[in-house]
Amino acid sequence: MTFSPLKRPRLSGPCSTTENNHPMIRFDNVSKRYETGYEALSRVNFDISPGEFVFLTGHSGAGKSTLLKLIMHMEKPSHGQVFVNAQNLNRLKQSQVPHFRRNVGVVFQNHQLLFDRSVFDNVALPLIIAGHQHTELARRVRAALDKVGLLGKEHLNPIMLSGGEQQRVGIARAVVNKPALLLADEPTGNLDPALSAEIMELFHQFNGVGVTVLIATHDLPLVERLQKRVLTLGEGQLIHDGPKGATIANAGMTGEQILADS
Amino acid sequence: MLTPKNTRQGQRARVAPAKGGASHSKTGRADRFKAWLLHHQITAVESLIRLLITPVQSLMTWLVVAIALVLPTSLYVGLENVKHLGSNVENTGQMSVFIHKRARPEAIEKLSKRLLTKSEVARVELMTPAAALDEFRQHSGFGNILDSLDNNPLPTVLLIDPALERADHETLARLQKAILEDPIVEEVSVDLKWVERLNQMMVFAQRLVLALGALLALGVLLVIGNTIRLAIESRRDEILVVKLVGGTNAFVRRPFLYTGIWYGLGGGCLAALILAAGEAWLAGPVSALAELYQSNFELQGLSWDASILMILTASGVGLMGAWLAVGRHLGQIEPK
Repeated sequence: MTFSPLKRPRLSGPCSTTENNHPMIRFDNVSKRYETGYEALSRVNFDISPGEFVFLTGHSGAGKSTLLKLIMHMEKPSHGQVFVNAQNLNRLKQSQVPHFRRNVGVVFQNHQLLFDRSVFDNVALPLIIAGHQHTELARRVRAALDKVGLLGKEHLNPIMLSGGEQQRVGIARAVVNKPALLLADEPTGNLDPALSAEIMELFHQFNGVGVTVLIATHDLPLVERLQKRVLTLGEGQLIHDGPKGATIANAGMTGEQILADS
Repeated sequence: MLTPKNTRQGQRARVAPAKGGASHSKTGRADRFKAWLLHHQITAVESLIRLLITPVQSLMTWLVVAIALVLPTSLYVGLENVKHLGSNVENTGQMSVFIHKRARPEAIEKLSKRLLTKSEVARVELMTPAAALDEFRQHSGFGNILDSLDNNPLPTVLLIDPALERADHETLARLQKAILEDPIVEEVSVDLKWVERLNQMMVFAQRLVLALGALLALGVLLVIGNTIRLAIESRRDEILVVKLVGGTNAFVRRPFLYTGIWYGLGGGCLAALILAAGEAWLAGPVSALAELYQSNFELQGLSWDASILMILTASGVGLMGAWLAVGRHLGQIEPK
């Protein structure tokens, strides 16, 4: 079975003439300070173009998760503006949030699967929410499961699957709605290197058909091997933005220097 | 998705040019409506199945709802029966016109004829003192005492049967006043007092039923609301995931609203069953009692219409309780 919907570029349609003129994600001087006074992000600026594959790294507590949550509109910036597909999230009305999220696929480290229903029903959830007809829905779910290599296990409960398989169910759910943007928070966090490589390959394939991919991870060997653009956070600040994995170690030092200076 | 909402967002795109950009596949309006309808059906059935999976717990809630419904409804049914009984008696209520002892028989005859021309009067029966004494002797058991009396102390009485369709309380009172104006009439006795008292008691009891009904409806509302709150808590993870993948509040709310409806509907049906069983259980003794009073009175249960109204009301209260709970608690569950 092919996964034909993903084979054409995502960003088509009436707005395609403007697609190339704006980034998929833009952080404009974004700070996030929690009510406790803890500043998770401070004055972060970057752009991610449509179709890019970007890693987000940094030590734990550096603000990776906060950054992803800002893109998902799970948190609002204390200062600055976040744009996703030219939409200023500060101006997003509460009633628009669900529709906004339908166009962003998210993969979580802890999978966020529902264990009271089958693999098929887990993957079908975004389509049911979006109001798809049953036949269309079944076709799309099978295509997504086929893509992640779990077609034979659609009727199992996800609790019966291994960690790697559960993660792949999570990925199938994230892409089943054919989002233009795919976010992943430590998607290989609990997996061994071979499985991690498999999962990365999946993300790579989705990127190959035009999906913008942003992956938060601390799996530095993997990041270095893939030679993609890397954003590195340290103490809530963007301390590295560049294509080479080799600079991450230096960037890390920069982070420590900043820490030492302050 | 080219949803109606996204189409609107597309129109806004003149200001924010590429908002619709992430929409790719198209779903027709009619298809979306069908899917929406289908989701309602699926949600309704799934919510019911969820309740049936935990039968004991659900039955408890249904019983609480049913008991809260049975209390005011049985009071209402009782009230309707008393009203029915009261109207029966009222309709056959006789009026006794006591004539002055010295009135001449011709005058009595004239009065009797005049009364018969009135539309409120169906029948006039003349009871002479001798006949009255006879009847009294037969029914009172004081025959011996009466025999010892020198003269008959009883007056002539005209017994009036009011026309059935005109026999309401006001008409009888008016007729009584009119008859009293005749000089040969000493007194008109009509047992209106107890009818009046009964009517007042009815008004009181009706208000009591209403107040009790309102209180217990509030109780049902709170019970269902609290049950739904627990259901929301137990499905917190699911709600978070649904919100993360773009579920609207309406989508999240839907299963809980149906659960509320099912609690109300089930409780209403159970209450109707309990009332029917209660009626069957009481009907025998009541008709036996009525027979002792030479009445063919029969206990009336809750009518079909009233039963359906009760079940619908319960469902509505269930929906409202669920809505309150969902409104209060769903907003607090946001993905963080």
